[in-house]
This record gives sequence, C-alpha cells and structure tokens, in this order.
Amino acid sequence: MILSSLIFLPIIGMIIVMLMPKEKEDLIKYVAVGISVIPMVISFWLTYDYFVNFSGSAAMAYMEGPYAWIPSLNVNYHLGVDGISVPMLFLTGLLSTISLIASFSIKFRVKEYFAFFLLLEAGMMGVFVALDFFLFYVFWEIMLVPMYFLIGVWGGPRKEYASIKFFLYTLFGSIFMLVAILIMYFTSDPHTLNMLELVEHGGTLSHTLQMTCFIFFFIAFAIKVPVWPFHTWLPDAHVQAPTAVSVILAGVLLKMGTYAMLRINWPMFPDALQTLSFWIAVLGVIGIIYGALVSLAQTDLKKLVAYSSVSHMGYCMLALAAYGSVTAMAGVLFQMISHGLITGALFLMVGVLYDRAHTREISAFGGLGSKLPVYTALMLMFSMAALGLPGMSGFVSEFMIFVGAFSVLNQYLVGIAVLGVVLGAAYMLRMFQNVFLGEFNMAKWGGLTDINGRELLTVVPLAILTLAVGIYPKSLSDLMSATLENLVQIMSR
Amino acid sequence: MNPQLPIVNVLDTLRLMSPELFLFVWALVVITVDLFASRKNDSLTGYTALVGIVIAGGFLAFAGEGVAFGRMFINDPLALFFKVIFLGAAFMAVGSSFGLTKEKIQNHRGEFYGLILFSTVGMMFLASSQEIISLYIGLELTTIPLFILAAFYKDDKLSVESGIKYFVVGAFSSALLLYGLSFLYGMTGTTFLNGVPGDPSATHMASLLAASHINYFGGGNSSGFVILIANICILAGVGFKLALPPFHQWAPDVYEGAPTPVASFLSVGSKAAGLVAFMKIFLMGLFGYISVEMKPNDWGMLVGVMSAVAMIIGNIVAIRQTNIKRMLAYSSIAQAGYIMIGMIALNQHGVSSVAFYTLVYLFANMGAFAAVTVFEDNTGSTEIGNYKGLAQTSPFFAALLSIFMLSLAGIPPLGGFIAKYKVFAAGIDQTSFPGFEWLYWLVGVGLLTSVFSLYYYVRVIKEMYFAKDASIYTMTFNKPILMVLIIALIGVLVTGLYPEPIFEFANKIYYSFSFSVIK
Repeated sequence: MILSSLIFLPIIGMIIVMLMPKEKEDLIKYVAVGISVIPMVISFWLTYDYFVNFSGSAAMAYMEGPYAWIPSLNVNYHLGVDGISVPMLFLTGLLSTISLIASFSIKFRVKEYFAFFLLLEAGMMGVFVALDFFLFYVFWEIMLVPMYFLIGVWGGPRKEYASIKFFLYTLFGSIFMLVAILIMYFTSDPHTLNMLELVEHGGTLSHTLQMTCFIFFFIAFAIKVPVWPFHTWLPDAHVQAPTAVSVILAGVLLKMGTYAMLRINWPMFPDALQTLSFWIAVLGVIGIIYGALVSLAQTDLKKLVAYSSVSHMGYCMLALAAYGSVTAMAGVLFQMISHGLITGALFLMVGVLYDRAHTREISAFGGLGSKLPVYTALMLMFSMAALGLPGMSGFVSEFMIFVGAFSVLNQYLVGIAVLGVVLGAAYMLRMFQNVFLGEFNMAKWGGLTDINGRELLTVVPLAILTLAVGIYPKSLSDLMSATLENLVQIMSR
Repeated sequence: MNPQLPIVNVLDTLRLMSPELFLFVWALVVITVDLFASRKNDSLTGYTALVGIVIAGGFLAFAGEGVAFGRMFINDPLALFFKVIFLGAAFMAVGSSFGLTKEKIQNHRGEFYGLILFSTVGMMFLASSQEIISLYIGLELTTIPLFILAAFYKDDKLSVESGIKYFVVGAFSSALLLYGLSFLYGMTGTTFLNGVPGDPSATHMASLLAASHINYFGGGNSSGFVILIANICILAGVGFKLALPPFHQWAPDVYEGAPTPVASFLSVGSKAAGLVAFMKIFLMGLFGYISVEMKPNDWGMLVGVMSAVAMIIGNIVAIRQTNIKRMLAYSSIAQAGYIMIGMIALNQHGVSSVAFYTLVYLFANMGAFAAVTVFEDNTGSTEIGNYKGLAQTSPFFAALLSIFMLSLAGIPPLGGFIAKYKVFAAGIDQTSFPGFEWLYWLVGVGLLTSVFSLYYYVRVIKEMYFAKDASIYTMTFNKPILMVLIIALIGVLVTGLYPEPIFEFANKIYYSFSFSVIK
C-alpha cells in the first residue's frame, strides 16, 4: 500500500487540480504543493523505516504483489524497494515539492501546469518502485508526456524544438528497451516479466544474446543519463525548460538512467558487462572531460549548469564501469544523490537570478556580491559543492568513485578522469568570479533584490542536505551497503 | 482444445443471423422514416439509425455461436469479435454525422444513414462467411454503398473525385480478387475455405490444399505456379481494400474528399472488413498449402514487405501533411502496416493481436475523426494550422484529441500502446520458428517508424497547446458526437488500463484457425 500511495497520491492530486476552476490560481498552487507534501513525508518516513528495519539485508522491502494485471501478457502489478531505490524515492519526494514551490512564479495557464507536474511526479515514483518490466516501461513512458507539455508550453524561446527533441530522443531509446524486454520475455521459461526472476535468467543467456540485450538496454538508459554521445537533447531541454522543470530533469530524470542500469542492465547480463566495461568507462571519461570543457566555454549560466551535468553524470558512468568494487557502486549512488541536490539547487539559483534580471548571460553581470549578499553566499556554497570541496556531498561521491575505479579499472583512464575535477573547479570559479566578484554595474542592476523567503525555502533544505551528506556520509552508505554488496556479487558472477 | 460449434437447424438459423437481418430491414426503415420526417426535424433520421444499431447489438449478444446454411454461415469468436467492431464503427460514424445532416446533407438524410447501415450489413456477412462466394458478396455489399457515401457532397468537386476514384479502384480490386478466387476454386473444386470446428470430415480448400503437400516432396506438379498467381491476385485485391502499399494511393484523396464521418467509417470499418477477408482467405484457406513456389512463410514475407513499406511510407509522408484528414489517411496506411505484423505471426498472439489492435484502432481513430468532425462543423476547416491555441478556448476538446493522438502513437497507458506491444510481441514470438527470423527486421521497422509517427501525431497537440495566444474558435458539440467522443475516450482508456477481458475474448479467436491444430 505504501508504495502504491506514492504513485497514486500525485495522480489523485492531478485530478483534484483539474477539477478546480482555473481562475483560482493561488488556491491551485497551494493545493498542488499541499498534495505533494504527502508523498514527500511518506518517502521520508519510508527512508527512515527502511534504514531502521530493512537495511541489513538485500531483499526487496515493502513488496506489493505480484498482482495479476494483464494475465494474457503475464503482466503483473509488482512493486518493491531496496537500498538503491529508497534514496531515489527520497530525492524524488523532496525535489518534487521543492520544484512545485519554485513554480509559484508561473504566471499563465497555472492549472494545466500543476496538473502536468503532479502526473510527472507519479511517473517518476513509479519508475523507482516498479519490479515488473511492463510496469516499468509504462511509467518510463508516462513521464514523457507531462514533460513534453511542461517544456513546450512554459519553456523559453526555442521550446517547441527542445520539447519534441526530448520526446523523440527518449522514445527512440525506449524502442530498444522494448525489443530487449520482449527478447528477455520470450527466452525465459516460463515466460515472465518479473525483473527479479529475469536477473537470474539473464546470466544463463548466450553471450551474443546477452550482448544484444545489454546494448539495447544501454542505449535506452544512456540517452536518459545522458552518456556522451547521446547527450545532445540535454542542453536544449534544460535551457528551454522553466526553472522547476530543469530541477526535476537534472535531479530525478537523469538519475533514472543510472538507476535503471543498476537495477536492470548491470545485474542481468554479467558476461556482456565484463566484455564492455572498459568501453563504458571510456564513454564515462569522455563525458567527464567533454562536459567540463564545454561548460568552460559557456556564456549562459543555465547552459553551463546543464553541461556540468553531462560531466557529473560521466563520473557515474566511470564508477558503473568499475562494477567489481562496492566502493565505486556506493560512489555511483552518492553521486546520483549529490548531483540531484547540488545541480537542482544550482538550477533554482539561476532561476532566482533570471526572474529578476531576465538574462542569464554571464558577461552581463559582475560584482553582484555587494548587492545580493545572501544569494551570493548560497551560490558560493553550491558552486563549491559542485566542484567537490571537502565537507560537501560532491567531494564524498567523487572521492569514492576515484578510489573504487582506481582499484578496478585501467589506471591511466582514471587518471584522465581526475582532470575533470580540475576543469570542474575552473568553470565553476570562472562563473563565480564573473558574476559575483569585480565591479558592480549600479546603473544596470541597482534594482535587483536579494533572494526572498519562498526561494530560500526551496534552496535551504538542499543546502542542509548537501552538508549533511558531506559531513556524515555513513548514514547514507549504511542504508544501501547490504544491497550494494549483494549487487556486486550478482554482477561478478 | 478446439471448442465445438453447434450446427443448427433452420429456425435457429434465423437466430444466428438475426443481427444482420434486423439491420438490413432497419436500413429500409431509416430510409422510410426520412420520407415522413419534416425537413426541420434534422436529427430524427439519425437517431433512428443509432437506435437500430444498438438493437442489432442486442441481437448479436443473443445470437450466440453456431454454424448454419450448410456451413456457409458461421458465428465463431472471430466473427463475433469483428461484428462488434463493425457495429461500433457504424454507431460512431452515424453519431458523428449529425452536424453534417443538419446543414450540408439536408435532402438525403435517409439515404446517407441507410447506406451506412447497408455497408455494415455487408461487413457483418463477410465476417460470418466461411466460403468464397458469400465472402465476395459480403465484400461487395460493404464497398458499393461506400462509393456512394464518398461522393455524397454532390456539388463538391473533391467529394465527387473521391467517389469516382474509390469506385474505380474498388471495382478493379474486386475484379482482381475474384480472379484470384476463381483459381482457388478451379484447383480444389470447392468454395469452402475451411472446415468447421466439430465437423472435420467435410471437404474444404484448406484440407484439399494441404493434401497436395505431396507436391512439395514429390515435385512434378505445376499447380504451385497457379497458386502463386492466385495468391498475388488475391493479395492485390485485398491490399487495395486495406490500402497497403503499393495499393495505397487512393486513400489520401478519398479521405480528404469524402465527408469526414464517411472517411472515418472507411478507415475503420472497411479496413476491418479487409482484415477479416485477409484472415479468412490466407490464414484459413491457404494456410495448409505448401509447395515449392509458395509456402505460408513466403506469402508471409511478401505481406511483410508490404507491411514494412506501409509503415515507412505512411509514417514519413504523414509528416509533410498540412490537412488533418490527409494526415490521418497516411496514419491509417501505417496502422494497417502494424496490424499486418500480427497477421503474419502465425501464432495465438498474432491472431488475437490483430483483433485487439483493430478494436483499439476503432476507438482511437474514430475518436480522432469525430474530433476532426467537431472542428469542421464549427469552423469549416481541416487544416492543422487552424487548431492553434485551441487548448485555451476548448480545453476538453483539446484534451480529447490529444489523448486519441497519443493512443495512435502508442504511448502508455493508452490502448494504442498495449495493442502495439501485443503485435510486436507476436512478431518476436514467431521468430523462434525456423524460417521466420526475418520478423525481427519487420518488428524493428515497426518500432523505428513508430518513433517517426510520434512527430506528426504530436504536431496536432503542439498546435493546440503551445501557442501563446488563445484560438479565435470555441468548439461546441452536439449531443450525439459528444457521446461518440466519450465512448471513444472510455474505449481508449479501458483497452489501455484493463484490457484483460478483451484479451480473453480475443484469444479464443485463435481456435477458428487451422494452424491451431497443426502446431
């Protein structure tokens, strides 16, 4: 029941919002946020309860089902969570509410916006709890529709191009996933779509079939992550999307790719993984360096953050390639969480500035530190977190990734990847210097006001969590260690 | 495994055939009612037709399964399933026509509705016929009223062109079909396509052709070449009805010119009739035939190529269309391509996926056409560009049309996704049989083109939702068309969220086919 409630509460919320009169815009906003608080609280409680009661074993907790949904196709309604999905649920619950609060600045067609947003939340929750392939695919796709509308209606000047590009790219990946699912289904005996059973089954497939399925799944998930060279939809979508949608895109949607790799792709095809892990690491390293270099060249704040995502998700891929090391796997999850928190916060901060200045050009600003002290302090903190300053979550995850990867992977490759940290510092510091330090243009920006209470409400929780994970990472690693150890064993079988 | 069908006596024959008989009489009633209805009373005739279709549906529920007229007429799950689809298509086409008969077609309302019902009767007979003569007559009764319906705007050049074009193409394809069927008759000496479950002794084409298996091993018999010609003629004949490339050129022009409800009826009803004819001839009659020249696998491959080309041409050309009716025409060409994947996957998944897909297609396509009709009734336009900004003035209309478009594109959790999934699953399942590995490629083409298709389906949504300014139009619905839209919406949602009862019924269809015995 508890996992179903995470999916269905936002859907009920969507229906409520749709039934409200569209003139009452404020009421709609409060109702939408109020409804999204419930799944958030549930996801917090779930995290706590899982930590206390279930984190000792790798078994699925809070299982629901399998209940027959379409018996003719062997499709079941089957939910469950373990140490890798619980943190994702936490992140989804938190970021959904935060982005809904950040969406108060939406000025037109408010009712539709909040209805679509709640549907999006339902889809995201569903992806992280589904244990049936069909169900997983349905949630994976459901999410695309509200996302398409959110970017396309409320987005920037090139919204139409960005939204259809996002939709087509993801759907293109999905068809590969669908073929792989069908192959898995028809080669298993008895035919099943249960992911847990198929993890066992995948290892018994022939090498060719494993490679085919692995690559098909990989394309689908790599587009979502995005792994270089499948990343080109991301800058467009991020830059055109409204602030809150960028937060969800970076904070949750990208994580679905890596989550799905950990849940499906990696454990299911051990032979293929062994064959391809080097090349995955290469893709990861290219992503790290490429994303960082392109970020260095950006003149638009939001684009800079968007490309830094490519770089940061590259770390995840590098660590995923080091599948033999528990430390690296933990690094993946830490990086997913910390990237969700930090990049989410950075997008929110950029949005705050954009709402006031109506531009995101880095060169248009300078010396904002003297005029907006609170804003600058927060921005400084998140920039430092993004470049991996010790004491923040970004450092913990990068450290774990490098330690884990160094012990397993080609060490020259990891050595190149470490360069990414330096480049990361370069683009973040360059941005900070140009926007906040230097001479302040009083004539142009004299009217800017500092961050307000509502905006603080959205970023401060993220700041606290970034610090908390950075200072005391053990809480998070205890939560998932049992699951990860089991996972590493399965992957190395 | 095969359920036995009762063979009934003359009185019960009337029961089995009651929906068709009733609908036929009712079509005459509709024409008569129109004679007495006053010109101002613009919806009486239409409601009469709607009521008749509902009553025919009641008769259908009561008719039950069975075989009559010396095995010529059969009510098996296949026939029943498709009769539901035909009645549904007729109901929705009639329901969408009220706006037309109010304004444009004032003087011939009775004929308009009557012809739709006559065509439906033809489809229903077709679904029940077990031998080639009645099958052919059913097909003719289906298409001849449609020729007239397509040209119903007598003063409109496009409509007349559409009617003539459809007539020429239809007559030509019927001739081809008949030519092919005559070969089959010549070879076997019987008009019966297949045996009836429970009556295996009788002679029919399937068994006689299967008996010539020997040719395959012994050689020396030239009947294989004849059957090759027969196959190609029949395939061309049925291909025209289904608008499968290279026989698809008529479809966009006819759809564009014909009154929109007629185009919708054409795209769903007549296509479903073509599918039934295809199933009857190829999957029932010709399945057992194996020769050096033509194996089931080979005509399957030929159909596979046609299906792949249909998906590619349909989906790519649709991207360039600016008229929504032409776009839906190309989309329906592509949809037929998807259905054919299920058709050539000779397994349980395959046959039931064809039936299920057709049902979902009925809801999604009729719904989309009904929405187009609403827009045309309100604005007189069928250009996609004019849909701009509708989401703000008519949110209900925009949401409905978006849902139908997304279902046609195959986005979960709508019916279109389950249907596509089932079809692709059928294709992949069949690849485990030797000689069918090429189905991987066909499924691949299907999946890839379904990504292209998203682009043009979503373009309509983009026009309606993404525009900054509100539209100058506001949609008003008349009651029958609102009912049609809501039925279509419920259909698309139910087939997507809880398709199991329909699957249970569709899975039974498998037992009507001889390959269920062979494998």
